Amino acid sequence: MKTLEEIKAAIEAAVPGAGVEIVQNPGPAAQHSLRLQPGSAFEVAKFLRDDAELALNFLSNVTGVDWPDKEISEKVKVTRAVTKTVDGVEQTVEETVEETRKRVEPGYLEVVYHLFSMTQKHGPVILRMRTENRSDKVELPSMTPVWRSAEFQEREIFDLYGVVFRGHPDLRRILMWEGFKDHPMRRDYVEPDDYDYEPTAHDAVLAKAKAHQAAQQAAAEKGAAQ
Amino acid sequence: MAVDQELKIELGKQGVFVTTLQELYNWGRRNSVWPMNFGLACCAIEMIATTMARYDLARFGAEVFRPSPRQADMMIISGTVTKKMAPQVVRLYNQMAEPRYVIAMGACAISGGPFKQGYNVLKGIDRYIPVDVHIPGCPPRPEALLEAFITLQKKIDGQSLTGEDRPRFLNSEAPGEFAVPEPGEHDLEPAANKNVWTVPVVIR
Amino acid sequence: MMHSATDMAADPRARATRPEGTLVSDPDDGTELLEVSMGPHHPSTHGVFRMDVALDGEKVARLKPVFGYLHRNHEKLGEGNSYLASMPYTDRLDYICSLTNNWAYALAVEKLAGQEVPERAEYLRVIVGELTRVQNHALSVGFLLQDMGASGTPLMYGFREREKILDLFEALTGSRMMCNYMRFGGCRVDATPEWLDATRKVVAGLPGFADEFEALLCTNEILMARTQGVGILKPDLAVSAGITGPMLRASGVNYDIRKVDHYSIYDRFDFKVPLGDHGDVYDRFMIRLLELRQSIGILEQALKDIPGGPVMDPKAKIRNFRPKPGEAYGRIEAPKGELGFYLISDGGPNPYRYRVRPPSFVNLTVLEDMCLGHNVADVVLILGSVDIVLGEVDR
Ligand code: SF4
Repeated sequence: MKTLEEIKAAIEAAVPGAGVEIVQNPGPAAQHSLRLQPGSAFEVAKFLRDDAELALNFLSNVTGVDWPDKEISEKVKVTRAVTKTVDGVEQTVEETVEETRKRVEPGYLEVVYHLFSMTQKHGPVILRMRTENRSDKVELPSMTPVWRSAEFQEREIFDLYGVVFRGHPDLRRILMWEGFKDHPMRRDYVEPDDYDYEPTAHDAVLAKAKAHQAAQQAAAEKGAAQ
Repeated sequence: MAVDQELKIELGKQGVFVTTLQELYNWGRRNSVWPMNFGLACCAIEMIATTMARYDLARFGAEVFRPSPRQADMMIISGTVTKKMAPQVVRLYNQMAEPRYVIAMGACAISGGPFKQGYNVLKGIDRYIPVDVHIPGCPPRPEALLEAFITLQKKIDGQSLTGEDRPRFLNSEAPGEFAVPEPGEHDLEPAANKNVWTVPVVIR
Repeated sequence: MMHSATDMAADPRARATRPEGTLVSDPDDGTELLEVSMGPHHPSTHGVFRMDVALDGEKVARLKPVFGYLHRNHEKLGEGNSYLASMPYTDRLDYICSLTNNWAYALAVEKLAGQEVPERAEYLRVIVGELTRVQNHALSVGFLLQDMGASGTPLMYGFREREKILDLFEALTGSRMMCNYMRFGGCRVDATPEWLDATRKVVAGLPGFADEFEALLCTNEILMARTQGVGILKPDLAVSAGITGPMLRASGVNYDIRKVDHYSIYDRFDFKVPLGDHGDVYDRFMIRLLELRQSIGILEQALKDIPGGPVMDPKAKIRNFRPKPGEAYGRIEAPKGELGFYLISDGGPNPYRYRVRPPSFVNLTVLEDMCLGHNVADVVLILGSVDIVLGEVDR
């Protein structure tokens, strides 16, 4: 099989301005991936499927990943003009101070596609796409028209992560019921609190049950006070 | 009226068989409990194995798995009840005719089991319907299901047909329908049927 | 009736419109489609699966599968558990084949952490994996026949064989169904010589079972009448829809991950990949019986030359297992198709993302295409021939 660099070059020759990036995988598996731009991803996907040498006609796995907003605190050196009184004279001097700055790196939702070739029997070629953010700009192009196997898997990602796939023929919730509001696979999902009764040795469950009981009691007392 | 046990044995030796209506009635009921053909998850495979040649549930008069709740007497909750499935389980239970019994098979049906912390997993089916026998295990072995079944038979045998503790189907005041929970925006509503299930008190 | 992958690309909504030839009644007659909800509780033996079917007379005009009745949040729980703690959960994915699930997961983690597996452990994995395949295929054929109305008998034969194999699993791992046997870098316990002898004995009996099963079923006239030409899946659609396993090979596409990926030690064994030519229910049923025979062959070879040695890589770390940041996708040929695990590690004790690529879920993509135009009684049959397990479909 072609190396990832060669695939990247081939994509760029076939789809001008595709803007493909190689994402390195530092682990021992060394399965590196290609990051596509949502704008050109559909064309790239069609090329990968139809190219005679690559013939990636089998889309095996579609995965959603949630990367929440990350707060990064870093130390930066800043130069500032400070007014000081030196020897009785007021002066403005430049001073370098260290400051801790908090920066929020915006999170995003990522979709990962694992491609194989059933004719050439090679793979995997891994594609990834990112949404702009996690709240309102969550649209990505659907790969279902290129590979049918994405149909249910993309619906699952829509259901559990809330990625909206443009061009999907039938985008509905698949695992949770219609009318359910949350996206439970997101990292900041709050699960319903129904740990009513847990005499268990399982610490995590016991802690949740205690929290639930405390909340119930507080609510009851509040009700009694009124 | 109960028969004096010794007299009964003595008469039996002479070839005279005496019984009470209640005993006869319960004897008949206990040996023809028809389970509903209803499987939920992994435990259902063990339930099917129990009906197959090696374990042979038919020995206890329960071989006829009825696909329709209308014809079944017993529901084996064999596996994880998810929140999406729970309304259907309650509805199926409502559709069964009295007398009806429920065996909660496996850790999941009892409490959510290994999947307890899942957002879509009901933490025990007894929050919505009354359960007669619980069997722990993940999955319970077929022998355990047989044991549960024998326990249920004993329970049926011990039911008296009159008086305060008569079974539900002979008590016209007892509830016949159980509220079906509605899937809500974040969870099932209500999270438990307070008429069926109250939070147990833990005594340490 | 089928769409090729290329017309799908031309019109993404092609599936929404009803394909030609599936409507029997004249639309001008003023007839209406009858909406039927099959499931989630229904008399077939495939668990809580629902299909919203629209019928035109007896014929299926539309069919939408509805999932999620057994959605047990496997992936979410996997993110909250350590790598090893997810191993028993994998047992409960496809609960008929717990050992192959263990294997796929172990393989993915070994890729993620760059671990080696000793030779004897690989042999043991092949042995238990192929035993799992044998019992799965015996059972799935039994269930298929059960759905067809052959109530009891074929399923009893399947279960009889399965019990023998489950006894072996119990002797080796301590549990009948939920074996939790594999570890990253090997297997949990070694097999005793007695166990291997007992396995040899069971395997020696399997060809007789296969003969009996085939004699009972393959040329049965009712079975042929009901399955041949029913639920045809064309190879190009099968490839596009990501179908794997016996279902793909029944459509004539030669793709077996044991041969393609050369994972574990499958290169050492001599076995064939059976292929079908029609892609109908009968072919899918036959492929399973033929694969069962190939598995028996692999078992015989593996049991003949299993070497001695450790079953666990001595360098493998059990406690405090934290793979380096990175990601890995590992897959095996499970009895139902490609079972893959995709793991992302951020260097912590739990995986950052734990994804299961379930074969039966993806194989259901084409259920509607296979059922359109067939009688409603065949729907359950076609579903049975896909061989699904809901634990894996909904996870
Ligand atoms: S108790 Fe265990 S075996 Fe039974 S359904 Fe739950 S997870 Fe499956």
